[in-house]
Amino acid sequence: MEFKVSLGPQHPALHEPISLRMTLDGEIIRDADLKLGYNHRGIEKLAESRTFIQNLYLTERICGICSFSHQTCFTQGVEKLMELVPAKRGLYIRTLVCELERVHSHLLWLGVAGQEAGFESFFMYTWRDREVVMDILDTISGNRVHYSMNTFGGVRRDIDEIQRKHILDSLDLLRTRTEYYLNLAATEPTFVGRLSGVGKLSKEQAIALCAVGPTLRASGVPMDVRKDDPYAVYDEIPFEVCTADSCDVLGRAVVRVKELMQSYNIIEFLLKNLPAGPIKVKAPRKVKENEVFSRYEAPRGENVHYIKSNGSDKPERLKVRAPTLANYPATIAMLKDGFIADIPLIFAAIDPCICCAERLVQLDHPRSGESKVLTFSQLRQMANQRYKNKQFKKKETLWPF
Amino acid sequence: MAILKPILYILVYPGLLFLLLYSTFCEWFDRKLYARMQNRIGPLHTGRSGILQPIADIVKLCAKEDIVPEKADKRMFSALPVFALAIVCTAALYLPVWHYGSASSFNSFPGDLIVVAYLLTLPTLIFFLAGWHSTNFFSTIGGVRVLTMLFGYEIPLLLALLSPAVLAGSWRILEIATFFQKQPLLLLVNLIGFFVALVALQAKLERVPFDIPHAETEIVGGQFTEYSGKKLAFFRLLGDIEMVVGSGLIAAVFLGGFPGGLLPGLAWFIVKTLFVIFLLAAMRAATSRIRIDQMINFSWRWLAPLAVLQLFIVIIIKGMVS
Repeated sequence: MEFKVSLGPQHPALHEPISLRMTLDGEIIRDADLKLGYNHRGIEKLAESRTFIQNLYLTERICGICSFSHQTCFTQGVEKLMELVPAKRGLYIRTLVCELERVHSHLLWLGVAGQEAGFESFFMYTWRDREVVMDILDTISGNRVHYSMNTFGGVRRDIDEIQRKHILDSLDLLRTRTEYYLNLAATEPTFVGRLSGVGKLSKEQAIALCAVGPTLRASGVPMDVRKDDPYAVYDEIPFEVCTADSCDVLGRAVVRVKELMQSYNIIEFLLKNLPAGPIKVKAPRKVKENEVFSRYEAPRGENVHYIKSNGSDKPERLKVRAPTLANYPATIAMLKDGFIADIPLIFAAIDPCICCAERLVQLDHPRSGESKVLTFSQLRQMANQRYKNKQFKKKETLWPF
Repeated sequence: MAILKPILYILVYPGLLFLLLYSTFCEWFDRKLYARMQNRIGPLHTGRSGILQPIADIVKLCAKEDIVPEKADKRMFSALPVFALAIVCTAALYLPVWHYGSASSFNSFPGDLIVVAYLLTLPTLIFFLAGWHSTNFFSTIGGVRVLTMLFGYEIPLLLALLSPAVLAGSWRILEIATFFQKQPLLLLVNLIGFFVALVALQAKLERVPFDIPHAETEIVGGQFTEYSGKKLAFFRLLGDIEMVVGSGLIAAVFLGGFPGGLLPGLAWFIVKTLFVIFLLAAMRAATSRIRIDQMINFSWRWLAPLAVLQLFIVIIIKGMVS
């Protein structure tokens, strides 16, 4: 018997509103679809009315996990527009924060994977160790979530000797813990049994469906913006692009743990080779008329900002494509023919950041081409009218004992 | 006096009053252990080290709004939690906490092992009915999973309980316990059976790695999705009491029962059930939830053959002993 069911927009496995619509045959998913649009914040429109400097702190607030990714992506784009060469020390510190953010994001993802698989202990342990990274970020920037480190031409805060030593000491702890998790994720039979073979995405499919980030790399495609189109100082740093060939959720977990180890190496390299000098150069307020396409390897995958300037101190258009949006088509392909039990795992394996990917969609009438704009008060009226017409029955609660 | 004892038995110890208090204590113990194993603190504020937290939870649930879905079968929906709780409390009466000697009485007779196993199976059926009568998609899936899982763990559990009974040559829990009290070394024969029964009990209690029927991230609350307020409190309490009765049964059959009359028996009961609950909590902390097909595979590929192997061992040993 086939039946249709919708998971979400409110569901314990989803931390943000989205609707997964599934056609089920018993416990097996025959068809899947996603419905977006439960959350709209209007950040792109807001960016058009603010100066570039103000937009630095606005783009940071697109996401709470990869806040630095969006900010850096925007900063690098605007620096290209300004034809500005940032200070070397500033770039090193910027890269350092990028990698620290990757570490905290991947540790967070590991915990979420544990929670979705019903492995609460794993969740508690990874999130405890994530606090170490959060403390490092706190000592560098003074903030745990929105670091506000970037500015055009460099960064806003320098790293002193005490901070450098603190980070290097904490890295040892993180390394041992991450090795333990790699070992655990590869040997704990119930966990491996839950993850391996789930959410298959072949190499060809991954490329055809434009998957990005660890989802793509777990299908055996070594694609990483840091290597393919180096930004900041990644061309000077020795590191490997981590891939896996298993094409499943376990592969995605392994890729992320391997990337954690790479990130620790990068952080160590950056701290040991930190050049002396100023951390920023002076940037102009106004930007010449031009347009730029900025790429950045966020923890979740390739993040893209398109910025168009018109000669004033405000951007004419800012377009953000968060990595989650690029992974949605692949998610639908992965969900097909899976079990109900695998839905949260497969969906969580792309590390979805749903609200970052939401945009306003305006639908035109298919024939007349008319579009309708409703104000907030009109929407409220519609909702009230609907519930008035529905007429709920009042009934007593039955409790005979 | 002859009438007073059964009444005490039903109402005070090990009946309702003791069960209610001790099961909430066990829940606290389990939660605290689970939390410490996960590097957390666990319940802390209600009572000393949060010992009253489970009772506070139940009181709070009872004060909540009680919603019955419009399309649900209202009488069944409301009656099921009460029935389930009554059945599990009845099962508790057959635990041999007061020694009755050799004479049969209402709570100790040849074959009471089967009665307890049967009474512990009924809540599973009630969980299924609860899920089915909720008419919610998640509840229905949860209910079907409950039944599917039942086919996995029930037979290994029964086979595992069978082997000590065969060794002791009795179907009466009291006699099995007395047999092992006289020859404690023979308890070691049943180690495999003890392990099988422990895993099967974990599945019966629907705890990680077998919390498949109410896997939160997949099907919200499973069979309990539509339950709220008092009815949910009954189901919560039922889970706690089932844990006490299940671990009490395992302690009576595999760990030599509770010798020494009223007070030493009570002490043994608490020590042994807490030991079993400790093992269950450790299992819960060390594993991840598995899928329903993996669970059935595991039961029939490992648990059932292990239980049969245990039975063979017991038969051979029995031949050697006698």
